[in-house]
Formats: sequence, C-alpha cells, structure tokens
Amino acid sequence: MIDNFIALLADALEKEKSTVAKNDEFRNYEEWDSLAVLSLIAMIKQNYNITIPRKDFDELKTVSELYEYIQAHR
Amino acid sequence: MNISKLTGKDIMGAKIKQVEYYLPERILTNEELEKAYPDWSAAKLEKKIGIKQRHIAGPDETSLDLATNAAKKILKKEDKDLIDFVLFCTQSPDYLLPTSACLIQTRLGLKTEIGALDFNLGCSGYVYGLAIAKGLINAQLCKNVLLVTGETYSKFIAEDDISNRSIFGDAGTATIITYSDEDMLGEFIFGTDGNGAENLIVKGLSARNSYTLKDQEKPILYMNGPEIFNFTIETIPPLIQKVINQNKLQVTDIDYVILHQANKYILEFLISEIGFDTGKCHIDMLNYGNTVSNTIPIALKDALEQSKINNGDKVLLAGFGVGYSWGSTIITI
Repeated sequence: MIDNFIALLADALEKEKSTVAKNDEFRNYEEWDSLAVLSLIAMIKQNYNITIPRKDFDELKTVSELYEYIQAHR
Repeated sequence: MNISKLTGKDIMGAKIKQVEYYLPERILTNEELEKAYPDWSAAKLEKKIGIKQRHIAGPDETSLDLATNAAKKILKKEDKDLIDFVLFCTQSPDYLLPTSACLIQTRLGLKTEIGALDFNLGCSGYVYGLAIAKGLINAQLCKNVLLVTGETYSKFIAEDDISNRSIFGDAGTATIITYSDEDMLGEFIFGTDGNGAENLIVKGLSARNSYTLKDQEKPILYMNGPEIFNFTIETIPPLIQKVINQNKLQVTDIDYVILHQANKYILEFLISEIGFDTGKCHIDMLNYGNTVSNTIPIALKDALEQSKINNGDKVLLAGFGVGYSWGSTIITI
C-alpha cells in the first residue's frame, strides 16, 4: 500500500505525513539532505529488506516511482 | 605426534597488552563549521551523526607524528627493547617511500633487529593488524608486536566539502600484542570487494594520476556516502553472525561490541539489525569524529578506562569501509 509507504517515508524524512504526496519529487523537500538519504536507505532496508544501487536510485524522482521500484525488487 | 612436540616449542597464543591513543591539539567544533556553512545545522549533525568536534592535524603534523606520539605513551610503561615487530596502518603516509614503519623504528629508538612494515587499509585496518600480529606471534616469528595506526584524512578533504569535514577526524593509536599461554585473540573473518573502490577514494599524487595533477591541486577525498551505507547494511550484519559462529559462541556470550565508529546513525542501524542490547555496544565518536583505523583502538581504550569492559570479557570487534574491506574478530580481555 502506497499510503503505508508514504507514512514511512514521511517519518524517515521527519515530515508531516499530510505534506507528502505520491507525485512529489522527494529531493525537492526542504528536509532533503545527505542525512535524509541515509534515513531513507535505512527505512527501505528495515521495511522492505532491499538496498537500492545508487545508479538506480538517482533515476527515481517521485515518491511513487520509489514505491514502484521497491515493489518490483523486494 | 603433535606439532609442539615436533618442534620442541610450545604453541603460543596472542593477547592485547596495552592500548594508547593520541589526538592532535587542534579541535574543529561544530560551531566553527556552522559559521563557515550557514545552511548547515550543527545541532542536527550532533543529534543524528553523534559528532560534536574532531581533532585535526596541524599543517606540519602527519600520521607518523600522531602514531609515534601514541606509541611513546605506551613505551613509558613497556620495555622498548622487547618490541620485535612494528606494523603501521595508514592511508596518509608521510612519503610514498620510504616506509613509515622504518621511521617509527628510529623515532622510538627501537632496536634494529626487528621487522617493520606499513599496510594500507582504512576502517578495517585495526582488525587486520591484530590478525597479522596474531599470525606472526603464533608462527613464532616474534613475541611482541607494536601495532600502530595513524590517519590524517583531513589533509585530503576539500575546504568546501562540509559532509566529509564534519565526519572525519585525525588520530594515532598504538597497541602492544604479546605472546600468551592462552589465545586471547579469537577467530577472524575477513572480506574484500574491490568493486566498491570508486565509492571512497583519493585520486592524485599516485602512480595512476600523477601526470594529470596540476601543481596547485591536492589529492581530494571522494566519498559516496549512500553507497557506503548500502555496503555496510548489506555486509556487516551477516559478518557479525559469522564471526560469532566461527568462535563457537552465541550472541548472549558477547559482553561488549566495538564496531568501527563510522557515525552514530550507521551504528544504531547496525545494532538494531543485529539485535544486540544497545547498552553492550560502544557508540562514542562525539569528541573524535570518524578517525578511520583509529576508531576501534580508541574505543577499546575508552571502554577499558570507563570499566565498560573488564578482564575475561568477550569483546566483538568489526571494521569495515574503504576498499571495500571488512574484518571481524572476538577478543578476550
């Protein structure tokens, strides 16, 4: 469920869940920085048990693209 | 007939006898970094990464100086003539040649009838150093190894690279590993994957790059933090399980855990993945930063001084990083 993923992502980036939408480009969030990347990697590993190679990750722009990638690779 | 009877010598074991460390005097605080980079939050860094300040080598201070100063602290308490091998771990040697360990022999006034060599490893280096020392002692090639680490990554970090400036600190450490009736350095597990080489690298002033560097350029450290984090979370939890199995122990037999002090965020993640009790795990780089091959011996010394570990305790050590290179063992204090 993407709703659940959005809640986890919001938590990892220390954002309010209501401020995250599936078509958002997550790198544009004010909270996005090098620590946010680590938080996101940790959240994905803990909840979906995958790590995303950097070259793939760099191509993922929106929240839903990230979610779909995880669904396809978990 | 067993080997000991065959050779007429007793099979030896190895143990850590002493550990000391030395930090450069100059301190770079989060507040100083915040002044230089107004967009950057010192409070957030301290909370998440667990670093408040780091020691930075002076312009004329090198890994050799830091390591030698740490070794001098040890040699106040130990007879230097007993040292019969020097191992020096650094990635920021004073010179391409000669070997820094040879200079350490002279600086410390050690006898000349000893072996000395440098080895180039980063965050895994201390564990590898213990393994080499154990091997030398158990093979009866020597009796007292001085294992020194010294690192000055600060000399390779660009002035405007706030991420790496905030993470890395400089330091030197010294450890004496000596023969013992009982083997106090347990079984080791090693790992290597050169596919990760490009993710933490210093190019320049090397045989491969010397002709592309202009005079005013300096070698610059590049780190792909997210890829290093990916490597760490994939590799280290299985490594820990493997070293515990290899030593025929259970997670509950481990009294204390000292992982390479990369940063607080990574350590907390690893500890929760592995399932260790947080109270048993060392997390303290608040005043040092990530000092590369120095973090484990610094932690060991601090934990001993603070009585977090005591005689007879089983302590799991694991180093991991640049290379990629990783290694782990379980020692008995």
